[in-house]
Amino acid sequence: MNPYLPIVLLLVLAAVICTAMVTLSWLLGPKRITPYKSAPYECGVEPVGSARERFPIKFFLVAMLFILFDIEVVFLWSWMAVFRDWTETGHPAAAYSFWAVMVYMFLWFLGDAYVIRSGALDWEVSATLHPAKLGDLAEGPEVSDEPRPVPPSVAPAAAETAGSAT
Amino acid sequence: MEGIPLAAYLSLGAVMFAIGALGVVIRRNPIVIFMCIELMLNAANLTFLAFARYHETPLSRIIDPNDTYMTGQMAVIFVMAVAAAEVAIGLGIIMAIFRSREEIDVDKLNLLRG
Amino acid sequence: MSDTNLTPAPIDWMALLPIIGVTATGVIAMIIEMIRPRQTNNAIVWCCLIGLGVSAYFVLANWSRPAEETFGGLFMNDRFGQVTQLLLIGVAFITVLFSEGYLREKRVPFGEYYPLVLWSTVGGMIMVATRDLLILFLGLEVLSIALYVLAGLKSGEKRSQEAALKYFLLGAFASGFMLYGIALIYGATGTTHVTGIGELYALRETLVDRYPFNVLYAGIGMVTVGFAFKAALVPFHMWTPDVYHGAPTSVTGFMAAGSKIAAFAALIRFLDGAMDLSSVWLPVLTVLAVLTMFLGNLVALVQRDAKRILAYSSIAHAGYLLVAVIAYSKAQGMFDVEIGYGTVIYYLLAYGAMTLGSFAVLSLTARGGREGTLLEDFHGLWRRAPFPAAMMLIFMASLAGVPLTGGFVGKLLIFKDAIAVDMLWLALVLAVNSVISVFYYLRIVLAIVVREPDLHPTRFAAVNPGLFAACGICGFLLIWIAVAVDPFMKWISPPEQHAIELRESPPESSVE
Repeated sequence: MNPYLPIVLLLVLAAVICTAMVTLSWLLGPKRITPYKSAPYECGVEPVGSARERFPIKFFLVAMLFILFDIEVVFLWSWMAVFRDWTETGHPAAAYSFWAVMVYMFLWFLGDAYVIRSGALDWEVSATLHPAKLGDLAEGPEVSDEPRPVPPSVAPAAAETAGSAT
Repeated sequence: MEGIPLAAYLSLGAVMFAIGALGVVIRRNPIVIFMCIELMLNAANLTFLAFARYHETPLSRIIDPNDTYMTGQMAVIFVMAVAAAEVAIGLGIIMAIFRSREEIDVDKLNLLRG
Repeated sequence: MSDTNLTPAPIDWMALLPIIGVTATGVIAMIIEMIRPRQTNNAIVWCCLIGLGVSAYFVLANWSRPAEETFGGLFMNDRFGQVTQLLLIGVAFITVLFSEGYLREKRVPFGEYYPLVLWSTVGGMIMVATRDLLILFLGLEVLSIALYVLAGLKSGEKRSQEAALKYFLLGAFASGFMLYGIALIYGATGTTHVTGIGELYALRETLVDRYPFNVLYAGIGMVTVGFAFKAALVPFHMWTPDVYHGAPTSVTGFMAAGSKIAAFAALIRFLDGAMDLSSVWLPVLTVLAVLTMFLGNLVALVQRDAKRILAYSSIAHAGYLLVAVIAYSKAQGMFDVEIGYGTVIYYLLAYGAMTLGSFAVLSLTARGGREGTLLEDFHGLWRRAPFPAAMMLIFMASLAGVPLTGGFVGKLLIFKDAIAVDMLWLALVLAVNSVISVFYYLRIVLAIVVREPDLHPTRFAAVNPGLFAACGICGFLLIWIAVAVDPFMKWISPPEQHAIELRESPPESSVE
C-alpha cells in the first residue's frame, strides 16, 4: 500500500465534511442578515480598522494557561501509555514510576495553588504588593520622580560638577 | 519507512531553523520573534526525531541502538516542556509590557543604550 | 522496544542530595509565601539561608567519594562538579543575604524572588554536574527561565521590563542554536553524552565517508555559539550591558556571578568531551577571547553608569576566564604540561566574590522606590557608609588585579598557564587589558571616596545587617584566597585517581 494513501484519505475526508457542513447550513438554515453577521469572522476582534491594534490581554493569559496544562498532559500521556502495560505485566519499576509521577503532580498542584492564591488568574487585577511586605519601611519617605531641588547656595557648584562630569 | 530519505527530514529541519533564525533577526514584533524562536526549537525537535528513527550511526556497535532511539524520543518531550515554559514566561513579560505602554515594537524599546 | 530496557537506572540519591536540597528549600519558601502572603519576607530569607547551608553540607558529605557517573550516565559526581556546585550555592547564599534590604528600598519585595533565585541556582547546579548535553540544556533553561522573570521583577519600571524582554528574546534565540547543535551531535554520534564525540573520533579511520564529521563540526559550532551567548563573549555579548543595567541590582549580581560560573563550568565539561577535535575549536575560542577582553575593557572606559561599567567589566572577565579555559584545553594535548581546572575554579571564585560584592554595594543607592546608578550618584558613599565603601575598595582592587587580592592571584595563575602552553602573546594581551581596566575601576573608586556629594545629598539606603555580612564575606574571601592559595588549590583539586577517571571513564550504555 502506498504510504501516502492515508494522508490523501484524510484530506479527502476533511474536504468532504467541511463542504457538507457549509453547504447544508446554507441550504437548510434560515437567512437573516445583520451587519454583525455579514462581517467576516475575526476571532472576536474588530474586522475593520488598523490591523496593528492590541489584542485583548486576556487572550495571552488563556494562551499561557493552555500551554502549561497542555504540556503537563504530554508528560502524563507518555507515562500512562507505559504504565498501563507495566501494571498488567507486574513490572518491577511500576511502583517507582508511579511515585515519581506523584511527586511531579504534587509540585504541579502546588504551583497551581500558588497561582490561584496570589490572584494571578484574575484578569482585571495584576499581582500587587501588600504594604506589609515592606516591614519598617512602609511609612518611610517616598522619593518622588522629580530631581531633588538644589538649594541656591550649592547650585553653582552643582552645575560645575555636572559640567565636568560630562 | 520506505520512500522518504533521512536527508529530506534533515533538510526540512534545516530550512525551518533558518527561517526561524532569519525571522528573529529581521522581524520587529516580539510576538513574531517569539514564534520564530519556537520554530527554531521545533526544527531541532524534527531533527532529533529523524535521527532517532534512522538510528544507524558509526557508533552503533558500542551504543545500544535502543538507547539511541529512546534518547531522541525523550529529547523531544523535554524540549517541548522547555518550549512551553518559555512561552509562558515570554507571554508574561509581553503582557507586563502591554499593561504599561502602548506598543511593543522592539525598535521603540530603547531606554537602555550605551 | 523490549521491556527490559525501560528499567530505571540505579540512582545514587546521595549524590543528588544537594540539588534536591536547594529545590526543596525553594518549594518550602514558596509554601511560606503562600501561607502568609501579607507579611515581611524575613521568614523566607531565613528558610533560604538555612536550606542553602544544609545543601552545602550535603555537597561536602559527598566530598571524599570516588568520581562516578550515576543516573545512567546523566549525572557526574566528581570533585569538579562538587566545587562548582559549592560556588553556586555560595553565590545564591550571598544574593539572598543582601537582597531583602535592597528589594524593600526598591519597593519590590515580592516573596517569589527567593524561590526563583534558588531554582535558578538548581539549574546551574545541574549544568555543572552533567556530561549529557540534553541534561545540560535542561539545566541551562532552568537557570535562564528563572532569570528572565527575575530581570523583569520591577514590572512597573520600563527599564526592568525592557531588560527582561531583551534577555528573554536573545536568551531563547541562543538556546535554539544550542539545541539544534545538540541535535546534530546526537545525529552524528547516536548519543547525547559528550564522550560520544571522542568515541566517534576514534573511529575516524574506519569510516567510509566524512558525513558524520561534517554534522559533528556543525553541531559543536552551534553549541559553542550557545555557550558564547550565555557567557557573554564578544560578538555574542550585545544583551549583557542592557540586561545588567535594567535588571534589579541584586538580580544583576546573581546573574553576573551565578550564570557565568555555570556557563564556564559546563563549557569545560563540553570541551573535555570534544577534546580530540581541539584543533578545530581552539583557534576560534582564542579569537573570541582576544575580542572579548579588548571590547569589554575599551567600551567600559567611556561608560558613565556604574552598573554598565561593571557589565562591561564582566564581559572582560569572561575573556580572562576564556584564556584560562584555552590554556587548560591546550595542555591536554601536550605531553610535558600538566594544567588542571584549578585555575578556572580559582578565578571563578574570585570573580564571583568580587562581582557579587560590588553589586551589593551598588544596591545601596536604591531609596524609596528609585535608584540611581550613575557615577555621580555614588559621590559621598564613603561618608554615608564607610564599611561597604571600604569593601568596595577591595572589590575594585581585586577586579583591577592589585596584588594581595584574589583577583591578582587569579590573573597571575592564568598568566602562568598561558605561558606554559606557549601562548605568550595571549598572556601579554591579558596583561595589557588588566592595565586598561585599572582606569575605569579607578573612576568608581574616585566617585566613592574622593568626590563630595552635591546633587543628591540623601540618596543612600541605610546599611542593613545582611548587606554588611555579604560585603564582609566577599571581602574576606578575596583576601583569604590570595593568602592561602596553595591549600585552596589542593582542596579543590581531585584525588589522583579522580583525574584519570575524568578523562577515561566510558559512557554508561544501557543498564540491563
